[in-house]
Amino acid sequence: MSALTRIGSVTGKEFRQLSRDRLSLGMVVMLPLIQLLLFGYAINTMVRDIPIGVVDLSGSAAGRVITEQVRVTQVVDIVAHYSTAAQAEADIVAGRIRAALVLPENLTQRVAAGDTVGQWLVDGSDTMVGSALLGLRQMPLHLEAGAPPGAYSAQPPSFEVALFFNPERRSQVNIVPGLTAVILTMTMILFTSVALVRERERGNMELLITTPIRPLELMVGKLVPYVFVGLLQITIILGIGWGVFGVAFHGDLFNLIVVTLAFIGASLTLGLLISTQAQTQMQAMQMTVFVLLPSILLSGFMFPYDAMPVAAQYIAEALPATHFMRLIRGVYLRDAQLAQLTPDLLWLLGFTVIMLAVATARFHKSLD
Amino acid sequence: MTEPAIHARQLSRHFGEVIAVDRIDLDIPRGEIYGFLGPNGSGKTTTIRALCGLLTPTAGEVRVLGREIPAQAEEVRRRIGYMTQKFSLYEDLTVEENMRFLGSIQGLSRRACRQRMDTLIKEYDLGELRRRRAGMMSGGQRQRLALAAATLHEPELVFLDEPTSAVDPENRRDFWEKLFDLVERGTTILVSTHYMDEAERCHRLAILEHGRLRADGTPAALMAQLDGRVVEIDGDDLRQVKAAALALPEVRSAAQQGLHLRVLLRAGVDDPVALLRQRLDGRGLDICLARPSLEDVFVDATRPEDAA
Ligand SMILES: Nc1ncnc2c1ncn2[C@@H]1O[C@H](COP(=O)(O)OP(=O)(O)OP(=O)(O)O)[C@@H](O)[C@H]1O
Ligand SMILES: [Mg+2]
Repeated sequence: MSALTRIGSVTGKEFRQLSRDRLSLGMVVMLPLIQLLLFGYAINTMVRDIPIGVVDLSGSAAGRVITEQVRVTQVVDIVAHYSTAAQAEADIVAGRIRAALVLPENLTQRVAAGDTVGQWLVDGSDTMVGSALLGLRQMPLHLEAGAPPGAYSAQPPSFEVALFFNPERRSQVNIVPGLTAVILTMTMILFTSVALVRERERGNMELLITTPIRPLELMVGKLVPYVFVGLLQITIILGIGWGVFGVAFHGDLFNLIVVTLAFIGASLTLGLLISTQAQTQMQAMQMTVFVLLPSILLSGFMFPYDAMPVAAQYIAEALPATHFMRLIRGVYLRDAQLAQLTPDLLWLLGFTVIMLAVATARFHKSLD
Repeated sequence: MTEPAIHARQLSRHFGEVIAVDRIDLDIPRGEIYGFLGPNGSGKTTTIRALCGLLTPTAGEVRVLGREIPAQAEEVRRRIGYMTQKFSLYEDLTVEENMRFLGSIQGLSRRACRQRMDTLIKEYDLGELRRRRAGMMSGGQRQRLALAAATLHEPELVFLDEPTSAVDPENRRDFWEKLFDLVERGTTILVSTHYMDEAERCHRLAILEHGRLRADGTPAALMAQLDGRVVEIDGDDLRQVKAAALALPEVRSAAQQGLHLRVLLRAGVDDPVALLRQRLDGRGLDICLARPSLEDVFVDATRPEDAA
């Protein structure tokens, strides 16, 4: 009972302090706004209408379906058709096209067998174009080309499958839910990572640890306000995603809140752990960046998870953002149910509990 | 309860090479004001932190209110109050918010907390500042708030680390009146200070230097130990007299105070007045014994003892 009272007073105090800290308040609101607009527009215009050629050696129906699939991505603009790969290569060298899609003669058999369907010949001299086309390499073409849809429902939610549910292949559809992971990682970890260090730097800690407050009470009390901050941010992000980019939410609101809370918990407690380690606010921020960068790069936000080297995938698995990326895309784009998302959800919950326990154990009521 | 409020034996605390507290023994009785007098870096804050259980002693044993420190520190938290040297309340919270927060952390019920707050706000003259943020208050106002906050939960033992460093002399008197009020209600107070006049008000005090406890006892007893060793000299050319006096092996220190020169002699000089007359004669000086002050005690305790 008195433990709850103490948690409540720490939470109340944090709320007050936050409400008076203009800079932090600004960050709560502006960060999602700016990031979303930046990413939303920048990524949209970045890779479009790259001139390519198609070499369809099969001349089959599957070949036409695949070509059409590639065309509607709007990433490429099919400007030429060739009858041999050599002609296409010559045009790439001449700079008339940036890449060519080669579909082999035995395309129909390959599709049936689930093999690689074709080959991209890519002009790698422009890295932007190169990576955009490398992204296309991951397109789940074989899905549309005849495999039974039911075969994929058991798969873990991933970038590729999510894309499948984004028939226009508009990048914002992935960006909006993906950005929730990036922005929440950024603000949640940042806020709590300075939470304890700040009190230490300002000298408040010396007083606080002479009171009967227990470490766990202090930790939990400090986290609670930021849960609301996180929920506010996700509302902003999804609101703008819907209002400005027309990315509507079709899923179950309850599921959305559950997966978001799990991720907020994981990020906040990770921040707390940083806060028990760092000596200064500066150090805490540096450690936050250390977590933030891989979260942006490896979580599946920037690059598709499956396209990453195995070592990077291992790192990605250790980041809460990766698990949340799967969850939020599942809930947001595919209306996945919690039962289908259990592994990632449990991972986040377990992570939260462990981080909280470690942070609490690492926090000593002493100045040693 | 005959056990002293604080009992320490051979308490030491090192920071790497630095020995901040060096084998200190303390016995602080209940219901008194005990002072720590010492120059910067003498180990006052470090000792107080070790007594509060905030720093683990490198060696030695500590008992506070009958509990082992730091092992049983949690058990005495509610019974002690600590006013840190640096202001440690929240600058972005108001007087009321700070007090309400601490009250609830200390386990006061809402009602008890409100009553205590009203009492303290009146007592420490914070009425007009109730809704002022601590960061917007003057140094003296903050120290009053900090003392109020440290005594909010009516602790038996209060540690005050240089509580009046930012307080003007007038308010310092008031501040000390509050301390005596607290003591009258049975509170034990340990206070550190740089000021002689404050040290003199303590029931008992310890003089610290370089982490060592150089002297302790009641101010009267400490001063009485110097009886017959302090001499005041009147006359012309006191700067030269001072230089001559300091050259004497029997003289421990000499300092000019207005029109007098105050000379402290080493222990064991039988008749200091006669000695100085003889050594400094021919200058038409007026030499007589003076009543030792606490400053003399401090100087005697903290000047490095040289080979003689
Ligand atoms: N955390 C620390 N790390 C290293 N050295 C320290 C630490 N705290 C104190 N010291 C050293 O210990 C010695 C005693 O410091 P302390 O703060 O106890 O002195 P003090 O008597 O309170 O001084 P002041 O009157 O200036 O407040 C000093 O030499 C100081 O440099
Ligand atoms: Mg000090």
